[in-house]
Amino acid sequence: MDNSLLFSMKLSAQVAAVATIFVVIVGLSAAYLLARKNFPGKELLDILLTLPLVLPPTVTGYYLIVLFGRNGLLGRYLYAWTGWSIMFTWYAAVLASFVVALPLMVKAARAAIESVDKNLINASYTLGHSEWRTAVKVVFPLAGKGIIAGTILSFARAMGEFGATLMLAGNLPGRTNTMPLAIYSSAASGDWSEANTMALLFTLTCGLFLYAANRLAKRVI
Amino acid sequence: MGLSVNIRKAVNGFKLDAQWAIGDELAVLFGYSGAGKSMTLQMIAGLLKPDEGAIHLNGRPVFNSAAAIDLPPQARSFGYVFQDLALFPPMTVRENIHYGARGLSKHERELRSRDMMERFMIAGLEKKYPREISGGQKQRVALARALIRRPDALLLDEPFSALDAPLRSEMRNFLKEIRREFPIPVVLVTHDLAEAAALADRLIILADGRVAQTGTASEVLNSPSSPEVELLVNTRDKLLHASIARRN
Repeated sequence: MDNSLLFSMKLSAQVAAVATIFVVIVGLSAAYLLARKNFPGKELLDILLTLPLVLPPTVTGYYLIVLFGRNGLLGRYLYAWTGWSIMFTWYAAVLASFVVALPLMVKAARAAIESVDKNLINASYTLGHSEWRTAVKVVFPLAGKGIIAGTILSFARAMGEFGATLMLAGNLPGRTNTMPLAIYSSAASGDWSEANTMALLFTLTCGLFLYAANRLAKRVI
Repeated sequence: MGLSVNIRKAVNGFKLDAQWAIGDELAVLFGYSGAGKSMTLQMIAGLLKPDEGAIHLNGRPVFNSAAAIDLPPQARSFGYVFQDLALFPPMTVRENIHYGARGLSKHERELRSRDMMERFMIAGLEKKYPREISGGQKQRVALARALIRRPDALLLDEPFSALDAPLRSEMRNFLKEIRREFPIPVVLVTHDLAEAAALADRLIILADGRVAQTGTASEVLNSPSSPEVELLVNTRDKLLHASIARRN
């Protein structure tokens, strides 16, 4: 196996894993808020979090450039302070995967949290437990199936992320070319045998991941 | 010491406006479905906010709209047994009971839960999950969980409605027994007149969101203060007598 393939494989897994960690933290918090709280702007938050599911990833990527690019709405301050921009780094690939995968986690976890019996939550409160402890001890375990499903879906989506990553992180060999981007490069440059190898290997890896995830999910639940 | 309730709340065209007070006794809130019984319990426990009024437990205000006091349920010290019992499905019997022992030391928690399980006749079920035990056992677990922290008052929302008749009367006796050990104000909600009559030190009749009459069970049953209460008590009485006659 040549080095560039190995690099792309490792990068894809690394990007998807780190993105998924953030997806779980942010997605679970957002899902809890949307499921259990009423606040002004709730509808708007829901729409914002769902949009990346509907928009073409290139459009999501475009907005991320507008926000985080070197001259972006937020990115320019970061650049002014630190001289660093997220553009064309592997962090950008993580950011792109995170934003695109987040809606899957929010949708799955929100539905699961909403289906938790309100009486169980009230019972925990009357037994003296705080909202935080109730969420951790009662709500999340009972919503476990949905949360695990959301996590698996998010990781899978992050592994396959292409469009937004291309916009934000570029396709720099040895730096930001995840498997989907590397496969695209090979095919675009006519190197079909390499494209073939990579596509097969990637498909096999993703298939193995899903198999392992399903086995694990069955054991946990 | 005791519990005094003076609350008003309007929701979807229904208006609750109820005042009553009890000492360290077992009060039964009795009325038709939709009379505001469960809603009252939820407001006492802090799970639902009254529009206005005041609730005092042992002289301490847990809610007072005029003084902007509204303690969260965690700070009110009510034991609450829900109609569906609300045992946590992923937790074992032991874990469910321990979950109610917040703030106790590990040693104390272990000691009390073992003692309670013994006396509540659920010893040996420690490792079982709620779905693996009988209806009556679930009742006892829910009661143990609500009482292990030694709350200042106990609220029971139709706790025996899901049980069949023999078990229901067994649970009534059991409740009377544990009353001796926990001489705290108890509010039990029911629409079963036989249950109300069997258990109530004080009977509070709710109709259309108002207190229609309060008194001892025999006072209310023998001299209803209004045609409304009479209808409520008598209809139920006749049905009750009819069902007893049928059984014999």
